[in-house]
Amino acid sequence: MARPTFFQRVKYEKELERDLAAEVVATPGGEKIFSCLQCGTCGSACPLSVYMDYTPRKLIGMVREGFKEEVITSFAIWLCASCYECTVRCPSGIGVTEVMYALKRIAIREGIYPRRFPVPVLAKEFMKMLKGSGRTNEFWLVLRVLLKTAPMKLLTSWPLGLRLMRRGRMCLGSTRIPKAASEDLRRMLEAVESSTAGPLKSPLPASVSASSGGSELKKAA
Amino acid sequence: MAYTYFPGCCMHGFARHCQDSLYAVFDALGLELRELPEWNCCGATAYIAVEEYPAFALGARNLALAEKAGKELVAPCTACYMILKKTKDHLARYPDLREKIDKALAAIGLRYEGKIEILHPLEIILRDVGVKGLKAKVKRPLKGWNVAPYYGCLIARPYPLSDGFSLDAFDAFIPAMGANLVDFELKDRCCGGSLTGTIEEVGHRLVYILLHQAKLAKAHALVTVCPLCQLNLEAHQGKIKSRYGDDVTIPIPYFTQLIGMALGLSEKALGLEKLLVPLDWKVGEKALAAREPAAA
Repeated sequence: MARPTFFQRVKYEKELERDLAAEVVATPGGEKIFSCLQCGTCGSACPLSVYMDYTPRKLIGMVREGFKEEVITSFAIWLCASCYECTVRCPSGIGVTEVMYALKRIAIREGIYPRRFPVPVLAKEFMKMLKGSGRTNEFWLVLRVLLKTAPMKLLTSWPLGLRLMRRGRMCLGSTRIPKAASEDLRRMLEAVESSTAGPLKSPLPASVSASSGGSELKKAA
Repeated sequence: MAYTYFPGCCMHGFARHCQDSLYAVFDALGLELRELPEWNCCGATAYIAVEEYPAFALGARNLALAEKAGKELVAPCTACYMILKKTKDHLARYPDLREKIDKALAAIGLRYEGKIEILHPLEIILRDVGVKGLKAKVKRPLKGWNVAPYYGCLIARPYPLSDGFSLDAFDAFIPAMGANLVDFELKDRCCGGSLTGTIEEVGHRLVYILLHQAKLAKAHALVTVCPLCQLNLEAHQGKIKSRYGDDVTIPIPYFTQLIGMALGLSEKALGLEKLLVPLDWKVGEKALAAREPAAA
């Protein structure tokens, strides 16, 4: 990823990473990003956009043009709480929430996030726990995430844990599903992974090749 | 009538009081819940942020198991509810995804037909018992109570409710219990979900907006239909008070706890003592007593 220097404020064609758009288009819900009107309805409906560095509208614009580094290192993608307000209001029928998931996945896959940042750490620990025991247990999940991100926070979090425990709302035991079932789950997930491995087959819309940089996009696809 | 029940992880963990009250109310209304055997976690909104296609396999396994058990699946957690509906929707709309998931299910001897319906228990109560039926069973009307409904994001978004229901139609269960319905405009605004734990300053702000609005509307209780919203709204009230200097203490009962109270069920059966912010049983009477002199 070539980064523009302080003196160079514009990204040139060769610095843009067009394969980002191809990957987003390949995700169910992200197919229509090239129909985005840039109207901003998503950002105005979003209860979190006021805290975002780039609004969802701008993120979609940047994805289309290949500003991968800016998109993947943004704070905005981690703020999305997936409330689907943007998705139901988008006049172009874009699954904006699914686009945000796709961007989170790319950032996690490429390891581009601060090591102690809790949002991706929570997502990864959640997945590990689910794969291991078939179900999740919030007590052990929160404990693992806190230990990996902010161990000192255990000092301020224990009163809530204690209040829940006193009311019998904390499960410290195992929530594991029966062994045969978790073995099934493992085999099923492996089967999906093996069938989805390899390069993405992305159905790029015709309008893409007409827009700027189409030749590079085709190459990426 | 018997329904297949998908508890989701939280109903077996921090939301056991929600599950207690759900079983108690269904029992009192003559409805039966049968837990889906060997269900797995739906993946919530976290799993799909790491892996995409496997996330749909998680939902599909539950749907395939549920199809063996019956025609309808009841999910009281709106995250599970939405994820299961999304799995069904995506498997119907994306043949490429469907093919891969079908193969993975076949590898463990399961088959998904696409026939199962996913419902929230409130939809079941309003459809199969009805507002009139519910009213007829109320033994201890919640007179004088101002109750604000909070449904959260995922029950009506991105997929519409079943049977042509709307959130406004859902509100009918509150007057049916004898309580006053508080017009709560933020009923489907986001509570922040896991942000209250991950990016605390933002998550607390989102919860604060909801609680503050409920207090302004003079609600005695903010009733939720999702166990995650329930925990989010009640667990951080103390921290919100010290952060914003505003006392937003308000009980956050799960909807079956409140319905159960109106049906005359015992406090213990409804898990009321497990709420972090206790419900004051006399709040309705007090409100009526305060109003009477003015009326006279």
